[in-house]
Amino acid sequence: MSSMPVGYEPLIASARQSSSQLTAFTGQTDEQQMPARPYLLAAQNVTKSYQKGRLQIPVLKGVNFGVEPGEFVSIIGQSGSGKSTLLHLLGMLDVPDEGEICLGLERMDNVSAKRRDRFRNEQVGMIFQFYHLLPELTTRENVLAPLMISQGVFSYLKHRRRNRERADQLLEVVGLSHRLTHRPHELSGGEMQRTAVARALITRPQMLLADEPTGNLDSENSAEILQILKDLNRDEQLTIVMVTHDRDIAKEAGRTVCLREGLVDEVGHGNL
Amino acid sequence: MYKLLLSWRYLRTRYIALASIVSVTLGVATLVVVNSVMSGFAHEMHARLHGILSDIVVESYETAGMPDATWHMEKIRSIVGADLEAITAVVHVPAMVNIPVPNGRSVTRPINLVGVDEKTYAQVCEFSPHLLHPENRKQLSFLLRSGGYAPGRTAFPPSGWQHRRNRVRIERDIQRHLQPSAAAESKAGQELADADTQRKIERSADFDPLSVALPQSSPQLPGSGRFDQPLGQKNDDVVRDDVPAVQLADSQVSDPFGNVPVNSNGAVFDPVKHQHTGVVLGIAIASTRHRDADGQVRDYYYCLPGDDVQITFPNASQKPTAVFDWFTVVDMYESQMSEYDSTFAFVPLRKLQEMRGMFDPEQGIYGVSSIQLKVREGANLNAIRDKLREQFPATTYPYSIQTWRDLQGPLLAAVQLETTILNILLFLIIAVAGFGILATFFMIVVEKTRDIGILKALGAPSGGVMSIFLNYGFALGVVGAIAGMALGLVFVTYINEIAGFVETLTGREVFDPTVYYFQQIPVITDVATMLWVVCGAVLIAVLASVLPALRAARLHPVEALRHE
Ligand SMILES: Nc1ncnc2c1ncn2[C@@H]1O[C@H](COP(=O)(O)OP(=O)(O)OP(=O)(O)O)[C@@H](O)[C@H]1O
Ligand SMILES: [Mg+2]
Repeated sequence: MSSMPVGYEPLIASARQSSSQLTAFTGQTDEQQMPARPYLLAAQNVTKSYQKGRLQIPVLKGVNFGVEPGEFVSIIGQSGSGKSTLLHLLGMLDVPDEGEICLGLERMDNVSAKRRDRFRNEQVGMIFQFYHLLPELTTRENVLAPLMISQGVFSYLKHRRRNRERADQLLEVVGLSHRLTHRPHELSGGEMQRTAVARALITRPQMLLADEPTGNLDSENSAEILQILKDLNRDEQLTIVMVTHDRDIAKEAGRTVCLREGLVDEVGHGNL
Repeated sequence: MYKLLLSWRYLRTRYIALASIVSVTLGVATLVVVNSVMSGFAHEMHARLHGILSDIVVESYETAGMPDATWHMEKIRSIVGADLEAITAVVHVPAMVNIPVPNGRSVTRPINLVGVDEKTYAQVCEFSPHLLHPENRKQLSFLLRSGGYAPGRTAFPPSGWQHRRNRVRIERDIQRHLQPSAAAESKAGQELADADTQRKIERSADFDPLSVALPQSSPQLPGSGRFDQPLGQKNDDVVRDDVPAVQLADSQVSDPFGNVPVNSNGAVFDPVKHQHTGVVLGIAIASTRHRDADGQVRDYYYCLPGDDVQITFPNASQKPTAVFDWFTVVDMYESQMSEYDSTFAFVPLRKLQEMRGMFDPEQGIYGVSSIQLKVREGANLNAIRDKLREQFPATTYPYSIQTWRDLQGPLLAAVQLETTILNILLFLIIAVAGFGILATFFMIVVEKTRDIGILKALGAPSGGVMSIFLNYGFALGVVGAIAGMALGLVFVTYINEIAGFVETLTGREVFDPTVYYFQQIPVITDVATMLWVVCGAVLIAVLASVLPALRAARLHPVEALRHE
């Protein structure tokens, strides 16, 4: 899995803003300066709390976090520290109580549901801790699901051959060519996670949000998945945000962010 | 795309939902069957009622009826004009029929005696097809036919002149045996009569519940040895050969049991050669229907074409008195509407007018009690009725002018109401089935919560998620409704076979022919009704899936993903 097959290049969108125009600001929060050099995706002063009866449980208490184009960032933190919450906010699955989520210069937390749906479908690929495959669909159909969602019946049928070729190609990349027509319950955990990776890539997204992609896997499978992500980042300049609680895995990323008590507490560059 | 794919996959993998659609299927099937049978019944009834009744009836309330039939008919003709197709005058009077049965007793039935014009009556209403003799169906005649009644009906006993002669011979035989002095004259027909007697006895034993007395009364007949034993007990009854009523009759005098009859003009009435005035009896007047030991439906005939009956009715004078006469049954009327078959008897119009005194000898005009019209197909009955009412105002003429619908209005309305209520009830059943779908769908939405979260996380809009479940409901509705319609149509097609099967299973008749005069259950499948039923069922299934679909659409993606 370590070596990418030839012809992998066109799999990832090249329509990415050139990184020369975007320069990340250097870490420390400075709100006056921030808009000058926007991240590809950023959370600014984000707070989020859950209502539990009368009790309010604050999870994020003003998080500032950004990811530059082509960057591979890992987020670590204790269980319950709000890593998944932050990732959901970044993936437009949820809205913050306060603060902003920005895609480039566009503020995304208060736009229409339609725009957010499109963002989720086209611009971001998500990998979940628990795979989250659709049990009624085969491996290949699961990978094709985002395309089925974005395309109507007729355009899907029109592009069926091309879509299928692309799905098969991606499944080959993740090493699942022999499991095309299996249902999720007929797959192992590692196979399901690789299916999820292929699904996240099918729409050629700008960035990948991965929530503990190796959480339930043995070390060998973890390494393979991680290798796929690293290759994608290196060869395709795919922007990756990876949540993990494993410091060793986090080290593989270019930069590591630590969530502690609802705040981004520690920022490291490869070395913790 | 994912909507169709997922609806399809859910349809194929969630058999519990198919179970919930079974109730829709059954509801639809019941609706199809009920509607077909009801409209079959309604149509049959309409056709029969309309056939039996003429389009418009002008009826007089006066005892003596309308004084001048010809004048009235001319006036009606001029009022109705080109729409008129046929017109006939009718006299009807409540009457009583006495049917002599072999042991000297008689069966009495109240009837509705109708005097009809044999030439025009059959043009006005559907009368001829209900007669038994094929020739009478072509042209009614009040003269007895030699035989051939009800061809093709095996259970119908031989009737007509032949039957009449045989019966008279047997009666004379019996008398000869009981009164040897009076039997001298007819030795020539002895041999033939013996054979006939034997046949008659067999026929009677088979079909006539009251026939037991006949063999008892003829113990010495050759070949009737098996009836030897019980002789004697009832002889007193049978020997009684005087029929006191005969003396009162004014025109023709006869005794069906062999007394010497004398015609009013002095000619000797010989029942072998002569007949009384003909009467067409409703078949249920002359017969009774019940079950034999095997549970088979049998008809027993008190009298047959060729037999004589006595009819009594009031005359039309200011002080009505009962008049009566003997009539010879010349045919039977079987409309399969028990109400009519058990009350109607038809005699020639002129005879009834004369007997009732509805004839004015000075002016040579005849009175009638009602005039019946048949109008052109498609003519507006109500308009014609109203025009007639205008011309015969109630202040001057004590007439009731009604269309056949008016006459049978309550019955038709009752059938209509029944159909409507049944439809409402059955749609309620489908609505109940709809709630079943609702519950099942809620279960499926709960079960699929995580999948819904996944779809939303992948960018599926709420509307799309909703339409998955609406599609699903629609598909279930279509599958259920089509299956139900197929089931219903199969049921309707084989309804008589199914009824037969249920009969053998339970031993009880579904449609008892002793109650209903239907040999077959009538069904009419109306395409428009079927379409309505199917659309209604599909609509209910879709409506039932709206709430669960809305719930699915409203699910918060993160919450849904957390759902386990
Ligand atoms: N719907 C909710 N209602 C109430 N509390 C919630 C809800 N969702 C999350 N929380 C709380 O928010 C906190 C953060 O949850 P989150 O899933 O982000 O943690 P996490 O950092 O991803 O943990 P883990 O490493 O175990 O996945 C937890 O304490 C959790 O109890
Ligand atoms: Mg988590």
